[in-house]
Amino acid sequence: MPANLFPAPVEIFRFLPEIILALGGTLIMVLEALTGDRQPKNALGHVSLAALFAALVAAVAVHGSPGPAFSSMLLVDGFATFFRVVVIAVGILTVFSSYRYLSREGANTGEYYALVLFSVAGQGVMVTANELIMIFIGLEISSIATYVMAGLLRDDARANESALKYFLLGSFATAFLLYGIAFLYGATGTTNLTAIRETVLRADGPSPLLLGLAAALMLVGFGFKISSAPFQMWAPDVYQGAPTPVTAFMSAGPKAAAFAIFLRVFVTIFEPIGDRWEPIIWVFALASMTIGNFAALTQSNVKRMLAYSSIAHAGYVLVALCARSDIGTAAAMFYLAAYALMNVGAFAVVAYICGKGEKYVGIDDLAGLGSRRPAVAAALTIFLCSLIGVPLTGGFFGKFYIFKAALESKLIWLTVLGLLNSAVAAYYYLRMLVVMYMREPGEATENLEPLPAGLRTALFTSAAGVLLLGIFPSRILEFAVQSAKLFGR
Amino acid sequence: MQGVPLSWYLILSAILFALGVAGFLFRRSIITVFMSIELMLNAVNLSFVAFSYQFKQVDGHLFTFFVMVVAAAEAAVGLAIILTVFRNRATLNIDEINSLKY
Amino acid sequence: MLDTAFFYAFALLVLGGALLTITQRNAVHSAIWLIVSLIGVAGLFLLQKAEFLFAVQIILYVGGIMVLFLFVIMLVNLDEAARERQFRGRWWVALGCLALVAAETAYFVIKGRDAFRFAPRPETPASPLGNTEQLADVLFSTYLLPFELASVLLLVAIVGSVVMAKKRI
Repeated sequence: MPANLFPAPVEIFRFLPEIILALGGTLIMVLEALTGDRQPKNALGHVSLAALFAALVAAVAVHGSPGPAFSSMLLVDGFATFFRVVVIAVGILTVFSSYRYLSREGANTGEYYALVLFSVAGQGVMVTANELIMIFIGLEISSIATYVMAGLLRDDARANESALKYFLLGSFATAFLLYGIAFLYGATGTTNLTAIRETVLRADGPSPLLLGLAAALMLVGFGFKISSAPFQMWAPDVYQGAPTPVTAFMSAGPKAAAFAIFLRVFVTIFEPIGDRWEPIIWVFALASMTIGNFAALTQSNVKRMLAYSSIAHAGYVLVALCARSDIGTAAAMFYLAAYALMNVGAFAVVAYICGKGEKYVGIDDLAGLGSRRPAVAAALTIFLCSLIGVPLTGGFFGKFYIFKAALESKLIWLTVLGLLNSAVAAYYYLRMLVVMYMREPGEATENLEPLPAGLRTALFTSAAGVLLLGIFPSRILEFAVQSAKLFGR
Repeated sequence: MQGVPLSWYLILSAILFALGVAGFLFRRSIITVFMSIELMLNAVNLSFVAFSYQFKQVDGHLFTFFVMVVAAAEAAVGLAIILTVFRNRATLNIDEINSLKY
Repeated sequence: MLDTAFFYAFALLVLGGALLTITQRNAVHSAIWLIVSLIGVAGLFLLQKAEFLFAVQIILYVGGIMVLFLFVIMLVNLDEAARERQFRGRWWVALGCLALVAAETAYFVIKGRDAFRFAPRPETPASPLGNTEQLADVLFSTYLLPFELASVLLLVAIVGSVVMAKKRI
């Protein structure tokens, strides 16, 4: 009986990135207790970076030995590796852009870096999970760590409010997701994704009605987690109130991981009832794009505007899901990678500009950035161009592949409306560019401190990543296309 | 062999879940809103155990066990967040905690 | 027959408790009614031969989580709140919610068990072990990894609640 109490080395190897991250987080907590109260905690940030880089290397190395592990709790495949790399990269960029911000706010503590590691570990568990229990636990590790990060500045009323809303809506969503999982378990008698898929595909499988109920409930849960309309109402408040590096993190990492499990569950398990959920996703996609883009038009706060724009971007990814094809899944993967880079980058610029207490987060505060800090302005230009979808950036190819997949699946109207939406979106991104280059410097840009090394690295890396995805998209896309055949579909 | 059919448990769980959702949406006191989430989680647990009983398996029990663990963790963090909110604002009324502007 | 009687009794506890939880003015009263509801759920677990979960429900939920709730309610001063208007003016959502549940319930009642066509699965032989032993067997073999991850989750929760609630780090 206890033969499998001791997992084989290869199984542990397949789980290595998450082990490194969890141990790294624990180590930081120990080191935090050992270092004095008054010492600067940047060293702990370096430790977290080391753990993240080690995990990144491990994630790439693990790709060499794909397969299930721990009684099929995990499944290392191309899809898992792709998203592992994305979430770890988001973690690295977040740490780089946090140093200066945290010390400015007097909150440069080891706990923050430990929570980043734990959250990324949770996301790693989510994207490799092959079992609903693992998806659930990974989701909760990631979410709970992120709730706390959002409320890290405890004396700031806005951060409190952000953490509270994020927490309440997140738990609400989790309850829906769980109820859906309960019905999925009821329909199939198992919680293992591979086994569920086998059961669902059998001729005498569960009734579509029960599966549909499970899918509907899980859709509500995922809808909240990826902030798609009509479950988007929490996102602007939460993104605006949270500390900017945390906003960057939660708009990219947890969201990409949530999308990963969303794709995995819907493309594999609920494939047989695809005709039923496709129209619903169609509506969700269109509503997200429209609400996100039109609400963003009227914002004067950069963080809030980017929050609405992230709702719109969730809509674009849903278009790819709606296509229900391997190429659609691959397009969604590519887009999420590009989106993570450009969004973290854009928020990193905000983290640089905003000043103590986040005083300068209006769009007008960008005035004169082009003349005062040309390098930062150039980076922001790259991110905004990518968010618009200008050629030679990752965002362009992401949108291109998504709409190509949608057209191949005969989603003509959705494609047309999506493209019109992109045109609307261009307006508010371009407005930022105009303010940045055409206006005289204001109070915010006059008193800018020199660009700190950490932020410089974050900006440079994400800008380079966005350009790389835009100029040489084929290799990443090929990898995505190969990985999109989940479960040998 | 079993007296109570599965569907009764599922109906009970559906009503409990709906009561939880209703509480979440209407109550203004954050503490009660949070309690409503606990009601929803209990409805989920009830479904899991009912299905598990039907299948004569323990997998559903395990899921319930993990849900409880997570509920405990969420309660600890959530109540801590509620405490910081109260310290800063001296109110726990949801409609008053709405300072972020558009 | 006796099963059915117990089911009705516990169901009454669960639903009555839940209804009073979400309608009581005073947060302490809400918490007490929530405890009643949770005990009802525990009774239903027992009725379905989930003895281990019954114990966990009582110890962890009623003994742990609810005590935490009561502590927090006492730490924050809610006297003021009890006198305010308790409900948000969103009655259309309420009606929609109730209609949805009514439809769902009606559907279940009319279709009964026929609404569920379960996939056939191999018969698992009745285990001679008790519920707790069976759970332990599965938990420490198949579900070992989630079990270990639960410890990470609890660590995150500990770190998180200390970070949030401590006066200064």
